[in-house]
Amino acid sequence: MTNKIAYPKAWLFVLPVVALVAFNALIPLMTVVNYSVQETFGNNVFFWEGVKWFEQVLNSERFHASLLRQLTFTGIILSIEIPLGIAIALTMPARGIWASVCLVLMALPLLIPWNVVGAMWNIFALPEIGLLGQIINGMGIDYNFTQQPIAAWFTTILMDVWHWTSLVVLLAYAGLQSIPDAYYQAAKIDGASGWAVFRYIQLPKMKRVLTIAILLRFMDSFMIYTEPFVLTGGGPGNTTTFLSIDLVKIALGQFDLGPAAAMSLIYFMIVLLLCWVFYTLMMRDEEP
Amino acid sequence: MRKFVWLAPTLYILFLMLPIYWLLNMSFKTTNEILGAFTLWPEHFTLDNYIKIFTDPTWYTGYFNSIIYVVINTSISVTVALPAAYAFSRYRFLGDKHLFFWLLTNRMAPPAVFALPFFQLYSAVGLFDTHFAVALAHTLFNIPLAVWILEGFMSGVPKELDETAYVDGYSFWRFFLRIFIPTIAAGIGVAAFFCFMFSWVELLLAKTLTSVAAKPIAATMTRTASTAGYELGLLAAAGSLTIVPGAFVIYFVRNYIAKGFALGRV
Repeated sequence: MTNKIAYPKAWLFVLPVVALVAFNALIPLMTVVNYSVQETFGNNVFFWEGVKWFEQVLNSERFHASLLRQLTFTGIILSIEIPLGIAIALTMPARGIWASVCLVLMALPLLIPWNVVGAMWNIFALPEIGLLGQIINGMGIDYNFTQQPIAAWFTTILMDVWHWTSLVVLLAYAGLQSIPDAYYQAAKIDGASGWAVFRYIQLPKMKRVLTIAILLRFMDSFMIYTEPFVLTGGGPGNTTTFLSIDLVKIALGQFDLGPAAAMSLIYFMIVLLLCWVFYTLMMRDEEP
Repeated sequence: MRKFVWLAPTLYILFLMLPIYWLLNMSFKTTNEILGAFTLWPEHFTLDNYIKIFTDPTWYTGYFNSIIYVVINTSISVTVALPAAYAFSRYRFLGDKHLFFWLLTNRMAPPAVFALPFFQLYSAVGLFDTHFAVALAHTLFNIPLAVWILEGFMSGVPKELDETAYVDGYSFWRFFLRIFIPTIAAGIGVAAFFCFMFSWVELLLAKTLTSVAAKPIAATMTRTASTAGYELGLLAAAGSLTIVPGAFVIYFVRNYIAKGFALGRV
């Protein structure tokens, strides 16, 4: 938008939003910053510690392990959900009653509270009483996600694919809807193959919405807490303890406020940094 | 090959429905049947689990609590986001781009980071265990989202609309309330849908900020699971009921849902 009017008083319009978000964001963030540089032995007595907690977190094996697990998890679900979501959007009906039916059914998992998603998958995948557990064991594969790390990962990833692929489908579908029919007719006249239509018409037109999809899926999978916590409790052992689960364990479980606060800030910075990198990479050739 | 294209979405939807079916299936079984034998459908069909939820206040108040804070949150978020989104889509002002980005960074903040400070903040201002606390806490990620969606929809409305209205002698607020808001009604619906959705599904903050009086249904479920042993049928029934409001809301916005997910800026 280049034709916006300069209007300093527009700040008044933004003021309520700024006030509310600042109350919710700045005060807690300052609390976290305070804790991250201090040591306490209770009774509200604090000692200045400088960057000790940051060094401790950055050098701890435990943090490296959760970060690695988190990156692996996010990498896997992005590489499944994005292509799968595009494929479903391309094959589902483009308009009419069946398109609406598909959209409504697909959106359903997005509106189920996250812990219900975890609980639902728990009883769906349990080897004794769950349908999935029974089917996999029935095929002769020994499967018990509460005890085997690989089975736990498989179940957690399958759950996330179940939960969030629809978001990618809906976004990609919206992108496809914005392509005028004339483009397809032109491609037909030129005798373009199905792949060429996808590569040179559909994919470029979906770029904007796919950027949003990748960003949203990256952010949300990087913050994932409730679903794996309810499903596996971070176990067996620590094998599915992602960053948020580990953070809550340290902060509310062990009440190690200093390290937890330092870890929070590092965690937040990683999310911001990666989002920025993604965004600039994907928008790089957008500018004329 | 072209003939079997419908197979992919059909299989996908089947995959989506299976765990939901399993949850419903469990909710109509007795605990004995669940633990005793593996059955694909309830053989001793029972409504006891649902009756228990609708008659026991510790269960049904959970639903009211959740719905109350979700509605408060949605109203606050959309109301304050409207003028802000208008300012972002129409005007240049000091720090507008930075401000917009700063708002969005709050959508990126992991709730786990804020759990403990929120607990302390809301205890300090005396709002702990109220619906209002959860509603306010959820504005952290819902206001940025609402501003983002509404700004997308508003930028799609030509500026000539505003200018014509001013020429016709409309005051700003009269134009905004009588002409502009009806014009972007679909966008408001979509923004409200998203606020509803993210407030309804979030649990970490909602659980941290409540203990008894405003406890959300989802937290009631986790607490029952840990204290009263394994009442799976009851849990499944409670879980099934949490799907209902979502399904209801989707039905209302079904025609805008695709555009809404693209945040109004396809």
